[in-house]
Amino acid sequence: MRTADGVPLKISLQRALVRSRIRALLLVVPLLAFIAIAFVLPIGDMLFRSVDNRIVESILPRTAVAIQDWNPNGTELPDEAVFEALTLDIKAGVKARTLGRVARRLNYEKPGMTSLFRKTGRRTKRVAGPPYKERILKIDNRWSDLNTWRLIRREAGALTSGYFLASVDLKTNDRGEVVWQSEERRIYLTLFYRTLWMSALITVLCLLLGYPVAYLLATLPLRTSNLLMILVLLPFWTSLLVRTTSWIALLQTEGVLNDVLVFTGLISDDGRLQLIHNQFGTFVAMVHILLPFMILPLYSVMKTIPPSLMRAARSLGATPFTAFVRVYMPNTVSGVGAGSIMVFILSIGYYITPALVGGRTGTFISNFIAVHVSETLNWGLAAALGSLLLALVLALYLLYDRLVGIDNMKLG
Amino acid sequence: MVEAKSSIVRFERVQKTYDGETLVIKELNLDIETGEFLTMLGPSGSGKTTCLMMLAGFEPATHGEIYLNDRPINHVAPHRRGIGMVFQNYALFPHMTVAENLAFPLQVRRFPKADIQARIARVLDMVRLSGFESRRPAQLSGGQQQRVAVARALVFEPVLVLMDEPLGALDKNLREEMQYEIKHIHENLGVTVIYVTHDQSEALTMSSRIAVFNDGVIQQLATPSVLYEKPENAFVAQFIGENNRLRGTVASEAGQFCDVTLDGGGTVRALKVNVDGAGAPTTLSLRPERVTIEPAGETAENICSGRVEELIYLGDHIRARLSVAGNDEFIVKVPNAHRHASLVQGTNVRLCWAAEDCRALDASGNVSGPV
Repeated sequence: MRTADGVPLKISLQRALVRSRIRALLLVVPLLAFIAIAFVLPIGDMLFRSVDNRIVESILPRTAVAIQDWNPNGTELPDEAVFEALTLDIKAGVKARTLGRVARRLNYEKPGMTSLFRKTGRRTKRVAGPPYKERILKIDNRWSDLNTWRLIRREAGALTSGYFLASVDLKTNDRGEVVWQSEERRIYLTLFYRTLWMSALITVLCLLLGYPVAYLLATLPLRTSNLLMILVLLPFWTSLLVRTTSWIALLQTEGVLNDVLVFTGLISDDGRLQLIHNQFGTFVAMVHILLPFMILPLYSVMKTIPPSLMRAARSLGATPFTAFVRVYMPNTVSGVGAGSIMVFILSIGYYITPALVGGRTGTFISNFIAVHVSETLNWGLAAALGSLLLALVLALYLLYDRLVGIDNMKLG
Repeated sequence: MVEAKSSIVRFERVQKTYDGETLVIKELNLDIETGEFLTMLGPSGSGKTTCLMMLAGFEPATHGEIYLNDRPINHVAPHRRGIGMVFQNYALFPHMTVAENLAFPLQVRRFPKADIQARIARVLDMVRLSGFESRRPAQLSGGQQQRVAVARALVFEPVLVLMDEPLGALDKNLREEMQYEIKHIHENLGVTVIYVTHDQSEALTMSSRIAVFNDGVIQQLATPSVLYEKPENAFVAQFIGENNRLRGTVASEAGQFCDVTLDGGGTVRALKVNVDGAGAPTTLSLRPERVTIEPAGETAENICSGRVEELIYLGDHIRARLSVAGNDEFIVKVPNAHRHASLVQGTNVRLCWAAEDCRALDASGNVSGPV
C-alpha cells in the first residue's frame, strides 16, 4: 500500500508516530535512569560479588600464577619458585597493608589462615633471599601442610562457588569435595526455612485478620468506611521504628501487657511472660505492620463486587453462609492472591522488625545478611545469601503465576 | 378487585423509612393476584424499588405486614421466601458458567443431579440459549446475559418472580425484543411477575395491571388501557403517555360534567373526575390525539382558539405545537391528510374536542412530573 504521493503506507505511518514515540520516551527517561542506577546496577553488583574471587589473584599475583604448575593431587610440596613468589607477595602485601584482606578471605574457607598469614607477614622481613622454601617452612609448619597450598590454588581463580556453598551450609573440604559444614556451623538452611515458614504464617494471619476488615470497608456506608480506612492507613503514616519499638514497650517482661496481667492476678510476678525478642514478638509486630498490604488489595477487589451478587444468591435460596462461600469468596480470589504474595514477599525480606523484636529465635535470613554486610564484612557471603533470597522470591512468583495467574492479580 | 381471584402478595398498611424522618413508602395497601403481571411504575425515588426490596426480604418494613400466600413474611429470611428475582445489572455470578449459574438455585435446594441437568436444558431452551452452557457471563452479550438472568430466576419454579428494571441496560431494539420475550414467558408459565420500571411504554406493553407510584404512594392501580384513557389524577395523566394540561377553576357542576373557566381565558366543559366542586382549582387533561383542528364554521362542544407555534413533520402525522389559553406546550397530532396540509406556522386555528375526552383532575399536578 502506498499513500497518495507514493510513499509506502507503513513508512508514512512510522514517520507520523515518531514524534509521539520520542515524547513518550522522554517522559520515562528519568524513571528508567533511576531504575538503572538504584535497582539494576546494585542487584547486578550483588550478583557479581556473590561469586567474585579476585582478591587472592590481586593480592597474591605471583603466587597465583606460580602455583598453577603445582599438582595439588600429588604428595609433594610446591617447589622453590612458588615459595619465592609467596614471599614476595607477602612482603608486598605487608607493605601495602592488604595482606589482612586475603588472609580473611582464605580464613572463610579454612580457619587459622588469618593467624598463619599474620605470623608469616611479621617474619618475612627477615627472609632476605633464597632458599625461600626452607625459610618459610621454618616460620610455621602449616606451610608444610599440603591442604594450605591446595586451598590457595583452589581460590586463586577469579570466580568461586564458596559463598554460595556457605550460604546453604556446604563447604569444600581439603580434598576438594563439597560436604556439609560441621554440625555447629550450620545456620543458614535453618534460617531460610524459618524465614519461609514464619512468612507463610504471617501471610495467613494477615489474611485471617484482614479479610473481615476489608469486607467491612467495602460494605459499610461511605462515612463509616472512610473512618475505618483512616484507622487502617494510620500505621502507614507512623514511623516503622516507632511502631516496632512501641510493641517492645507493650510486650516486654516489664511492659504494659505483663504489668496488667500481673496486676489482675492472671500471672504471678515471677511468672512474667516472655512476649518479645522471640518468634511470638516477630509474629505480632510483623502482622501489625504488614496488615495494610493485605487489606488494601482485598478492599479494592471487594469494592468492585456488586452487592446485588449476594442478594441474587440469597434470592436464589442460598443461606448467607453458602452465598458468602460460593459467590462472594470466589470473586475475591484475585485480591487474596495479590495481598498474600505482597505480604509474603515483603515479609521474606523484612529486616528492621525481626532485628528489633526477634531475639534469637525470631530473626530472619535478612538479619544475617545485614550482619555480614556491616559486622563481619563478608560481603561475598551476604551477596550470596541475598541472591538466594532473590531467586527464592522469583521462584515463588513464578509458582504463583502458574497456580493463580499473575493477570488475575489486582493491586488496586 | 374481584374476590374470585386469590391474591398471592398482600401489602397491608406498609410504611418504610430509611432515616426515621421521611417516609419512602407512606401507607401501602396492595393486593397482587396470582398469575398476573403487575408493574410498579414511577419516577426514580417514588418508592417502587423499595417495595420490591421489602418483598424480596432485603429491606425490612418499618411498619405493616407483607403476606405471601396469606403467610406473613416480615420475619422470613430472603432465601426462605422462594421468590425468583432478576436484577437491573443481571447479577450473574462471574466466576461460574451459564450452566453453573443456573444450577446454583437447584444445588442449594439439593435437587438430584439428573434433575438439575434436565431443568437447565429445559430453561435454556425456553430462553433460546441452548448450547451456551459452558460460556461465562463475560462472554455473553447484554441480551444473552439478560436471558440467563431470567432463566436463573425461573429455573427453580418459583410462584413469584420480581424484576427490578431488568431491561434498563439494554439498547432500544433489544429492549423491545426482550419485552415481548418476557411477556411470552409469563403467559406460557403462568407465573406471577412483579416488574419495576420507570419506562411507561415498557409498562403499557407488558403488564396486566400497573401501579403508578409517586412520593411513596400508589397514585392509581389499573390496567394499561384504563390508566391511559381514564387517569384519576394529574400526575398519572402527565406520567402516562402524552398529555395536554390546561389550568382553570371549576365554575359550575352539571351531572358528571363541569364547566371550567380557564386561567388563560375561555370556558370549556369537561368530565368531572377529581375536583372538589365549584370554585376549586383544577387541571384539565387532554390527550393530543383527541383534539382536532376544525375548519371555521363547524360547531362542537368545546371550541378553543390556538396559535400554531411549531410544526414537526413525522410522516404519518404532523405534530403541531400550539399556544392555547396560556399554555404554549399544547400538542396536537394532525393526521397527514389532504385537508390539513394548510396548517401554517403563526396562524390561528380552531381546536375542538369532546367533553368526555377532557378530564378535570386535581390541581396538584404541578408538584412533580415534567410540564
